Amino acid sequence: MKRLLLIIMTIAMTAGMVFPIHADPAHDVKVFQDFFKKKFPDVKFDDFGNGVYALDKQLRSEWEITMEFPPFELQLEEGKKLFKTPFKNGKTYASCFKNGGKNIAQNYPYFDVKAGKVKTIELEINECRESNGEKPLEYSKGQIASISAYIHSMANGKRINVQIPDHPAALAAYEKGKQFYYARRGQLNFSCAHCHTSTAGMMIGGNILSTALGQTSHFPAYRSKWGELGTLHRRYNGCNKQVRAKPFKSQSEEYRNLQYFHTYMSNGIPLNAPGTRF
Amino acid sequence: MASGILIRSKTSNGVTLVRASMKHPMETGQRKDSKTGEKIPAHFIQVATFELNGKVIFIANLGPAVSKNPYISFKFKGGNKDDTIKLSWVDNKGKSESGEGKIS
Repeated sequence: MKRLLLIIMTIAMTAGMVFPIHADPAHDVKVFQDFFKKKFPDVKFDDFGNGVYALDKQLRSEWEITMEFPPFELQLEEGKKLFKTPFKNGKTYASCFKNGGKNIAQNYPYFDVKAGKVKTIELEINECRESNGEKPLEYSKGQIASISAYIHSMANGKRINVQIPDHPAALAAYEKGKQFYYARRGQLNFSCAHCHTSTAGMMIGGNILSTALGQTSHFPAYRSKWGELGTLHRRYNGCNKQVRAKPFKSQSEEYRNLQYFHTYMSNGIPLNAPGTRF
Repeated sequence: MASGILIRSKTSNGVTLVRASMKHPMETGQRKDSKTGEKIPAHFIQVATFELNGKVIFIANLGPAVSKNPYISFKFKGGNKDDTIKLSWVDNKGKSESGEGKIS
């Protein structure tokens, strides 16, 4: 009997060692959000979704004028048109998304337990195309950004509500994303957290660093630098280049896991996509 | 409304503010194709005309120095709610497009 117990204990311990997951996302998100609430006591929680415009009055007034006639409108119209254009087999994008694509973007990215990976809207747009016999679109800009922006815009105002199921693979993806966020990279040896957590709100060059909280709420975004809409992964790509690191590909596992962590950290912020940024 | 033109105008205290944007590549003719090395031919809007109920109120002569998807905004005295503002442009290739919007 004693021996049996010992065996069971050994198995239990090894099992514990094989999956050393101590992730506690619910705790992480509280710490993460409390940090910003404490750092910027004057900023209302919902306002974090407006990035640097929540922090600087001057920039905000310029931005408000821009938003009266936003530069992305033509592209958003194009996205709407593309979304509603049927494929050759007669089906549309709406057939691939729950609720026809309406009011779903706040739940993305989510962990698909069957596929064992994090799914983003852009990834699903291309999966949708492939399952309907169309060629996949190029990620990060152009049509995919327009369509994704339209899907996001249909959920505007809904609070980000990313779920992390209690599944080892999902928690592992979350942990990997978290690791990416806090790991130093590139020749400049910066992590995402260096700029967007600890020194958020301070100046870098001529720009104000935005807070990591709320960054995902307005993507795909129109950046003056791009002159068009781009996806979140295009922005990650630019961030990585700025610290002189080799960027990963759009929709790579690394960026999807990062997006999973990054968006989860902004849970509760209302969606306001697409945004305009400089 | 034509797909490539957006017009929005608002009137208050007898002054109307018109804002419009046009979808156009606005090629200068100076850029080179990064793959073939050949120059991309110039393609830009030359004249943009705004009409209020069929009467020309504003003409803009644009050139290659104007950026992609031009945005034009101006104010004028007059204009009533539900009047129609029409924008039409002609580019150097002779193509043209027009779009309308009501004053709100």
